[in-house]
Amino acid sequence: MSVIELIVFWAAVALALIGAVGMVSARNPVHSALFLILNFFALAVIYLLLSAPVIAALEILVYAGAIMVLFVFVIFFFVSPGQRFTLSYSLPLQNTLAGLLVMVLIAIILAGLFFGGVFSPAEHPQSAAVMETTLTSPQELGRALFSRYLLPFELTSLLLLAAMLGAVVLARRSGNGNGPGGGA
Amino acid sequence: MEQIVAYSLVLSGMLFTFGVLAVLVRRNPLVMFMGIELMLNAANLAFVAFSRHLNQLDGQVVALVVMAVAAAEVAVGLAIIVAVYRRRRDVDVDEVNRLRG
Repeated sequence: MSVIELIVFWAAVALALIGAVGMVSARNPVHSALFLILNFFALAVIYLLLSAPVIAALEILVYAGAIMVLFVFVIFFFVSPGQRFTLSYSLPLQNTLAGLLVMVLIAIILAGLFFGGVFSPAEHPQSAAVMETTLTSPQELGRALFSRYLLPFELTSLLLLAAMLGAVVLARRSGNGNGPGGGA
Repeated sequence: MEQIVAYSLVLSGMLFTFGVLAVLVRRNPLVMFMGIELMLNAANLAFVAFSRHLNQLDGQVVALVVMAVAAAEVAVGLAIIVAVYRRRRDVDVDEVNRLRG
């Protein structure tokens, strides 16, 4: 790992955390969406550093491109101009309890990683050359996808088809203009 | 374990926590949905990090499948939110408590 790579990595980690915190705390859902897009771009940089260039490209194309555009589209569809956004909570002390929950969860995760030996140094560091050829090549990924993982791949296509049909049926206006729900 | 892999796992855990927080605290269904996306991304990051650690492609393949599942989930979920919004203008998840339209 060169120094420049480490600097880029920590900058991406900071941006990803800023995006996550901003997404949770922004009042306006549009701002939440924009913070989440920032988080996705930072994650794409981290994927590049983790020698997964295909996943990095797909992260930007699918998440920051398709999914977030869908989100922003739906938000703009339903938010009227000049609408005031409030952060309302249904439980008393909900903010405090949520903060406490975050602390506990992060502590549990860090303890689990620590005692799981994540921070112990590598026993047998692999040579960088081997890693380059097997992990970063899209050819190897495509070969794995179409040979060993053919069944999950095909099931994914079936799932996408079902989701498309479901979305069309759910979002369709019923014929007599009484809103969704068909003949209900 | 390699340093970048270790801290990627830490980041993955923290991002997952913030996703949980968004689902638990926010009452706007769109923001809750974004929290679910954040959780899926955190899982993806862990998969890719372990793929690098074990020097095998399997983690990346799983990450691809997770992305496809996330896309399908977003399509159906946003369609449900659109259907609910159509019936009542301002959606607060605490007030959508009537299953039968």
